[in-house]
Amino acid sequence: MSKEREIQVGYISRVEGQGSLEIRVSSGNIKELRLEIFEPPKFFEAFLVGRHCSEVHELTSRICGICPVPHQVTALRAVENALGIRISEQTRDLRKLMNYGCHIASHILNLYFLAAPDYLGYESVFAMVKDHLPTVKLALKLKKLGNDLVELIGGRAIHPVSAVVNGFTKVPEKKDMELMRKRLTEAKNDAYDTVEFVASLKVPQFVRKTEHVSLFSQKEFPINEGLLASTEGIMVEEDRYREYIKEFQVDYSWAKHSEVVGRNAFLVGPLARVNLNFDRLSHDAKKMARKVGFEVPNFNPFTSHVARALEVVNAIDDCLAIIDKIPLREEDRAYEIKAGTGFAITEAPRGLLYHSYELGGDGVVKRADIVTPTAHNARNIENDLRELVPAMADLTDEEATLRCEMLVRAYDPCISCSVHYVNLDRVGGL
Amino acid sequence: MDKLRIAVVKMTGCAGCQMELLRLEEEMPFVLEIAEIKYFVMAKRENLEGPYDVTFVEGSVSTPRELEELRDLRRQSKTLVAFGDCACHGCVPSILNWVPPDIASNTVYENFQAIHSKKESYRKICPLDEFVTVDIHQRGCPPHKSTILEILRSAALGVKPFLRRHPVCVECKLKENVCILTFEKRACMGPVTAAGCGAICPTVNRECEGCYGPMSDANAQSLAQKLAEIGLTKDDVTRKFRKYAGMTPAFAREAGKK
Repeated sequence: MSKEREIQVGYISRVEGQGSLEIRVSSGNIKELRLEIFEPPKFFEAFLVGRHCSEVHELTSRICGICPVPHQVTALRAVENALGIRISEQTRDLRKLMNYGCHIASHILNLYFLAAPDYLGYESVFAMVKDHLPTVKLALKLKKLGNDLVELIGGRAIHPVSAVVNGFTKVPEKKDMELMRKRLTEAKNDAYDTVEFVASLKVPQFVRKTEHVSLFSQKEFPINEGLLASTEGIMVEEDRYREYIKEFQVDYSWAKHSEVVGRNAFLVGPLARVNLNFDRLSHDAKKMARKVGFEVPNFNPFTSHVARALEVVNAIDDCLAIIDKIPLREEDRAYEIKAGTGFAITEAPRGLLYHSYELGGDGVVKRADIVTPTAHNARNIENDLRELVPAMADLTDEEATLRCEMLVRAYDPCISCSVHYVNLDRVGGL
Repeated sequence: MDKLRIAVVKMTGCAGCQMELLRLEEEMPFVLEIAEIKYFVMAKRENLEGPYDVTFVEGSVSTPRELEELRDLRRQSKTLVAFGDCACHGCVPSILNWVPPDIASNTVYENFQAIHSKKESYRKICPLDEFVTVDIHQRGCPPHKSTILEILRSAALGVKPFLRRHPVCVECKLKENVCILTFEKRACMGPVTAAGCGAICPTVNRECEGCYGPMSDANAQSLAQKLAEIGLTKDDVTRKFRKYAGMTPAFAREAGKK
């Protein structure tokens, strides 16, 4: 490899939020490597204290404008777990539809808007319009489908409004759901095209075995609930999260880092989900995986894009199955306020998301704890870069910089999410 | 006609407003026809310096770096838009302003002092017009995408955009909803909240939470009294006003002392 090299990206583009990359190689060794999150911290866990449990999901939605739905669902489930509420099958299904809508929109945004320009040689999706109009149109159509699905279930595409503790203030009309079924069915071909398009992109051959962590379920592809699982054998209930994942601060970043207790950094996101739940992907998603030669387990973080595209197919299939069986009737949402502590984990488009709340007898939050996907991934991205950088000896500085950015974009980081943490001194932080 | 030179900038916010802009899916060809996007880090790798005709600033100011950037953008921009609630009023993150700074940082970080860039956070959330002149306040969390088009269209025509500041109640009536405040005695913020959302919450049987901030000449005191009458505690009422726009003069009294 080149003996001296500096890679500096002052403000990483085509990711959500404000982060920078600084890598310094001297005498063939990495002297410095940091993914610095300079996105300002927003202290959500501090100001959630004193807020009422009925508004926690509305507030935490504002942590992230790309994944407001998983933040809402996670907060709602954690609060419901604290209050001992058992939600109805219909509420469970509606939340799944809503989160899948968010996954579709977010995945399409990452694949076509944020990642694809690198592989096709453009600076942005806007620059692609001239030469790749049909591809851009397909992307816009699928993204709109995801957004419209969220809007149909939640009343608004970004920061939905109708999901509340123990249900929905209004369930969608049957005729609107029928229209959505039609659009989802029609979108299947676009989703297939997406898998083939993404699989055709020439990703770097970069395999680094690292622990992959995601939800796991025997009975469904897990999005909103399941066991906490990993490729190194974790398989526990969600409320034991803190026994397995520790987080600690680093002095150069507002985002804290995470590790599996007693082990190392880990990867969360579509690749981890698909690695751990491949058998529960829909028939057609598996069919597409075989068609493009995608096999699990897969430890090339760049192929996260293929996993993401397969998840779009799976999301459409799962949504169609739910729409077929959902009764769509208004339900009683009454519940009682009491003291308690609740935990919940869901899968945001970019990976595992954890919320926990302690409520007083008046339903007011006494303690909040949130760990986001990008906080989970931050250290793993750095570890990947440590191996990737020495392997790029034949690339120019410019090409090497772009490749580092491409790796970061493969994780689809959401930096706004990553800067809201709370200290938990009762667990094994450093 | 020259294309409008557009910048989209993020400060302390959630990217939801930028996401709303990217939700201009069917309208994207029209947008690209009248505008050239010069700066938009979330969507572009090549980002160019100003001058800009319209600059959309999402988020509030919470660090010295952002303040410097904002002043620079002001100099470079013909029209500066406070893009969404954080930029207009501080939005949900402004609840932080009622938490003492040391409590905030110690709750969140084990050793706040050790993060070398610690001076980089004011631990306070400030709307843009605390520091610079804002030409357009584009309310909403997020602002509806139709208002983005309205602003672009108006800039192209050289006229003032039409953005509503009548209460949500007006839109609610147009939707023919039954009033959930007067008939169901539920704590709706509609009577003091700026319209523009299309009364989406009451339309799905949910109380308006006030995410567009105060309407013009809002009577917060009267609504606070009404909320107390229908059974809200003092803390409940405070939480209602100390949510999206507690920093605004219109809501400051009901949002409680800092």
